Order: sequence, then C-alpha cells, then structure tokens
Amino acid sequence: MNIALIIIFAVLLLAIYSGIRAQKGKDMNMEQWSVGGRGFGSIFIFLLVAGEIYTTFTFLGGSGWAYSKGAPSYYVLSYIALAYVISYWLLPPIWRYAKQHRLVSQSDFFVSKYNSPILGILVAAVGVIAIIPYLVLQFKGLGIIVSEASYGSITPAAAVWIGVIGVTIYVMISGIHGSAWTAAIKDILIFFVVVFMGLYLPYHYYGGIQPMFEAVESANPGFLKFPDEGLSVSWYISTVLITVFGFYMWPHTFGSVFSAKNANVFRKNTVMLPLYTIMLLFVFFVGFTAILQVPGLKGADGDLSLLRLSLQTFDPWIVGVIGAAGLLTALVPGSMLLMTAATLLAKNVYKVMAPDASEMRIARVAKLLVPVISLISLYFTLSGGDTLVTLLLMGYSLVTQLFPALLFSLRPQPWVNKYGAFAGILAGVLMVAYVTVSKVTIATVFPDWPAAIKDLNVGVVALLVNILVMFGVTLVTRIIFVPSRQTATSEGSSTI
Amino acid sequence: MKARDWLGVLPFVGMLGGIPFVNQVEPYVLGMPFVLFWIVLWVVLTSVIMAIVNRLDPATREEENNG
Repeated sequence: MNIALIIIFAVLLLAIYSGIRAQKGKDMNMEQWSVGGRGFGSIFIFLLVAGEIYTTFTFLGGSGWAYSKGAPSYYVLSYIALAYVISYWLLPPIWRYAKQHRLVSQSDFFVSKYNSPILGILVAAVGVIAIIPYLVLQFKGLGIIVSEASYGSITPAAAVWIGVIGVTIYVMISGIHGSAWTAAIKDILIFFVVVFMGLYLPYHYYGGIQPMFEAVESANPGFLKFPDEGLSVSWYISTVLITVFGFYMWPHTFGSVFSAKNANVFRKNTVMLPLYTIMLLFVFFVGFTAILQVPGLKGADGDLSLLRLSLQTFDPWIVGVIGAAGLLTALVPGSMLLMTAATLLAKNVYKVMAPDASEMRIARVAKLLVPVISLISLYFTLSGGDTLVTLLLMGYSLVTQLFPALLFSLRPQPWVNKYGAFAGILAGVLMVAYVTVSKVTIATVFPDWPAAIKDLNVGVVALLVNILVMFGVTLVTRIIFVPSRQTATSEGSSTI
Repeated sequence: MKARDWLGVLPFVGMLGGIPFVNQVEPYVLGMPFVLFWIVLWVVLTSVIMAIVNRLDPATREEENNG
C-alpha cells in the first residue's frame, strides 16, 4: 500500500466518522433524515447546493472534456452560473409552499400541487431513473480515482466496490446531516487542490496560462473556440438552456431546497454561488495542460487526463491529497443521490401502494432501499463505457422534462391540470428515451437543414413535445370535464 | 414583472446571446482565449447583477426581520 492510498482511506474514514457524529443527539425521523428538520442556514445550504455541483463530474469530467473536446467544455461554467439566477425567483415560492404543507420530497410537491398521487409516482420514477446515470457517474469517478492513485495495484472494479460500500453505510446511518458536514470538509479541500493544480501545472509545463493556451492552439487550430458544426454555438446555447431548466429538477437538489431555514437563504446565495463556479476554470486549465503532456487518451479515457497528469508530475503524497479530494467529490453527491432515490421510492411509490404503513415503517423501507439502489447503480457502473459528460447530459434531459409542469404549477390558478402535467412529462421522457436508445439527432433526421438547427440539443425537441402535449391534453380534458361543472355552478348561483 | 426582475435576463443575454459574436481565440485576455474570457466575465457580472437585485428587493429585508 502506497502513501497515496493511505491518505485516501484516512479521509474516507474521517468522512464516515464525521457523518456518524453529525446525527448524534437527533431523533432521526423522516423529516430529520431527509430535510434536516428544515433548520439549515445560508452556509449549509450553500455547501449542500455547491456540494452537488462540484462532483466527480467537475473534477474528472470537466477536465476530461477540456482535454478531448476543447471549447464546448465551457458550457459547464455558463449553465451553473445561470441556474443560480433562475433560483432567485424559482426557489422561494417552492420553499414556502413546501414548508406550509410539510413536504419532504420533490414528488410530494407535484402530488400536493396537482392533487394527484399518480402524478407523484410518475415524478418519482423519472427522478429515480435520472439518478441512476448520475450515481453511475459518481461511482465510475470513484473507481478511476482510487485505482489510479494506487498506481494500478487496485483494479477499478475493486475500487468501485470499496467506494460503494463506504457510501452506502454512510447514508444509511446519517442521512442529510452527514452530507452537510462532509460537504464542508470537501469544499475546503477541493478548493485548494483545484486552484493549486490549475495554476501549478500550466506554469510548470509552459511557463504560464497564455503560453499553455497558445501551445494548444498551434497544435490544434480552432480547438479553443466553438466549432462551426457539431458542438457549435447553437449546441452550446440549447444545451445550457436545457441544463439550466433541469438544474433544480434533480430530486436531490429540489429536496435540499426544503432543508433551508428561510427563503432568504436562496436569495443571498445567488450572489456568491456564480463566483464560486470560477473554480471550474482551474479544472479546465488542467485539462488543457494535459492535451500535449499526456496525449492519446481516447473516448471515455479522457476522464483520466487529470489524474494521469498528476501521477506524471507530483510526488505520491500529493497524488494522495488530490485523490482524497476526488473521493469526497464522489461521496457527498453520491450520498445525497442515494438518500433521495430511497426517499422517493419509499414515500411516493411504496406509501401510495400501502397507504396504511406507519411513518416508522416508511423510514425503515427508505433505509433498506439504499443498498438496493447502490447495487443497481454498481451493476451499470461495471458494465457501461460512456464518458462522464454523456451520462450527466442524459440525466439532465430526463429531469428537465419536469420543469414545465412545475413552472405552470407555481401560480395560484394553475394553467394546466393534472392530466396535462402527466401526459406532458410522459411524452417528454419517452422522447428522451427514444432518442437515447436510437441515437437519433436532428442532424440525422434533417441532414439538409442549416447547422444552427441541426446542432440543437435534442432535449429541446423533447421539451417542446412535452409542452405541446401538456397544453393539448389540458385543453381537451377541460372541454370534456368542464360542461358538467358549469351546469353545476349555473344552477347554484345566478351571478356571472 | 418589476424592473429589478428584468435584470435577471441580462446574464442570459450576455452569456448566451453574446457568444456568436465573440467566438474567437484572439485576443487573449488574462491569458484566456477571448470566448472563454467572455464567459468568465459574465459569470462575474452575474454575481454583481444578483447583488444589485438583492439590494433592490424589499422581500430580502422583510424576511431578514422575521428570522
């Protein structure tokens, strides 16, 4: 066992210990376990929301995309900053409504707003299906980190197993309290690691950031701006919009909104969070530096670029610190995702099927579901080969389909009814599933159209289908159901 | 929508609408290719804009007082 691995395992143990400590003295009922008793202030919410953003995806996927795709990786920076802008107006009404009705999950929100437990099951299903690729992404990253940091002595598969067992135990014991504390340790560590690497590496190899970019540009002309076709400007704009709309539709992000103490917490955070995303810049610098220093990583291997460059540059103990930071970026979001998926299934699916089940029983079912979901994700982790970004974008196009129904539920008098919401979400999700399985893009269907349209993210089409179906079905069901209500009111009163 | 709500549209205009016009590598600013610098600039401006929105919004102060 080398020094790098010892550091990584020490941090893993510390995280589990602090997670267990965090829940001491608290009665872990459902509201405590999943939304922290609604008592989190600005700093914890900041860490929880930021904790979900700076995941293994940022660390490995962000540098991996800079390495293999160049400029299109910039989209990550834009969508996160813009998502915070939306949160200023979107989150306070959601939080207020959730507190008033004592909601615990995202599904609860739809059930309550549209008065339809069936819609809740659909929303829970979409959430859990989207969470699986996101979890796979974390586990994959975990495997890459531990196995690379062991200098090849631990296989990725064994590394994934170790990590998954750690996360599962951690979640079952401490719930959201553990995540918030570990998020604090993680954010401090990752901040220093990323800034250090992002500055040290370009200076070490090229003598500066601009010389590094110039070297990349002269080796691959045009790599540092958006290409004219494919991942072009129109791809960038449509992808950013899709991901901005999807950002808060992740059930775990939506759920962490409920744990805030008051609505002001979100407003204040919109000032600091965009600045925080600048940290991603340093991740890109690492990816760009790696292009000429560790050439030849193809496809999904691009995600290895950051660690390969570290191995080649640093002493084992620094590799250990980098690996430990990476491990935490998988642990915190991974635990949030697991907990949320379990809560959704227990509360919004199991409870609907077994209405007599007690609160105690629901909480126990939720905890027992954690290892089940872990194992399912583990299976996909060990069998798939997609890059981290591909996995993330797939999950995003799924959860984005919940956005229209949510948006139109915020007014006191909703524009759409439960039938419309249900049909819209279903149509959008089926569209995404079809596109993902058949690998259709706008370009393959309409090869002669201009690039500006061909390169649009297919999620845009799914979203349009979703909205059209939503309004269409609302309109039709209103025409069918309203006449009987109209006669009832006209009999009841003569006014209007 | 109040005037301060419209401020929230600005980051979208700058960060998305501006890109077709600035999609170039040169000139380098602060060591970054121009299009990357443009995005970073707008991330910083987004923070500034949201600070102004917070300042102008009476809801921020009301809820502060209510705890």
